[in-house]
Amino acid sequence: MTDDKLQAHLESLAPLLVDGSPHAVALGLKLEAIAPGSASIRAPYRDDLVGDPETRVLHGGVITALLDHASGTAAFAGMGGREALATLDLRIDYMRPAEPGRDVIAEAKTIRVTKQFAFVSAIAHDGDPDDPVATAHSAFMATRVSKAAADKARKAIENGQSPV
Amino acid sequence: MSARLSPLMSSPYVKTLGVRFDDHGDELTGILPYAETLVGNPLIPALHGGAIGAFMEITASAGLLAASRLAGLPKPIDVSVDYLRPVRPQDVYARAAITRQGSRVANVRVEAWQDRRGAPVAALHGHFLIKPED
Repeated sequence: MTDDKLQAHLESLAPLLVDGSPHAVALGLKLEAIAPGSASIRAPYRDDLVGDPETRVLHGGVITALLDHASGTAAFAGMGGREALATLDLRIDYMRPAEPGRDVIAEAKTIRVTKQFAFVSAIAHDGDPDDPVATAHSAFMATRVSKAAADKARKAIENGQSPV
Repeated sequence: MSARLSPLMSSPYVKTLGVRFDDHGDELTGILPYAETLVGNPLIPALHGGAIGAFMEITASAGLLAASRLAGLPKPIDVSVDYLRPVRPQDVYARAAITRQGSRVANVRVEAWQDRRGAPVAALHGHFLIKPED
């Protein structure tokens, strides 16, 4: 696939990459950008995602889910946008608390992609990419999807229903 | 022990995920009840890796709060999560073990499982910043 074709393919899938994942929808994640080997996703600040009510800082788990989703999306885009992926491992360093009230944006990039694996580096920031709240390194593997589950999910999405 | 967990249980995000704890003597088991909103990829289908990571971080915090009197919630410094098996759309359980607890930093390991404890679906190890009560 040429880069232009791949980009068009990714853009056609873009609405599904976040909206097709019920957990991403539950966290309110929004896809900001996608290109072969990179993805940027935003997590809006929300009161029900706060970890410590005293500090009003988003829970580390929200940052974990955001970085996982952005990294997986970058890996998917880096592997040609065809395969379902499973996360092998994800390592996160929490540099500082995110500012209460601010959205957090994850920017993920593949470092190396093979037929089966993608290695991804990502940062999460709340406005300034040079002052990240967290960084992540992860590895993903192409996985077989259950054909029955895939057909059922596609049908549900086509009918505007929940794919689960 | 459950009183020590109350700062964690009043965390909005912990409530949003629906995490609860089963406390039997010195064994504390985290439970992530299955919900449709936890599914990451409906095509596999599997629960979201991020939700599992978050659940294990919460279980690590609970393990630290249960083990000693802390002023405030433990804060993650770094975590590393290994995904060992697809996490199927059903309840997930987890237990934490404190590898080492210093005066400021604790090293914690967590294992998560579904049907059999001997077949973990994910494992976490990480460092948490803690502040012992004076």
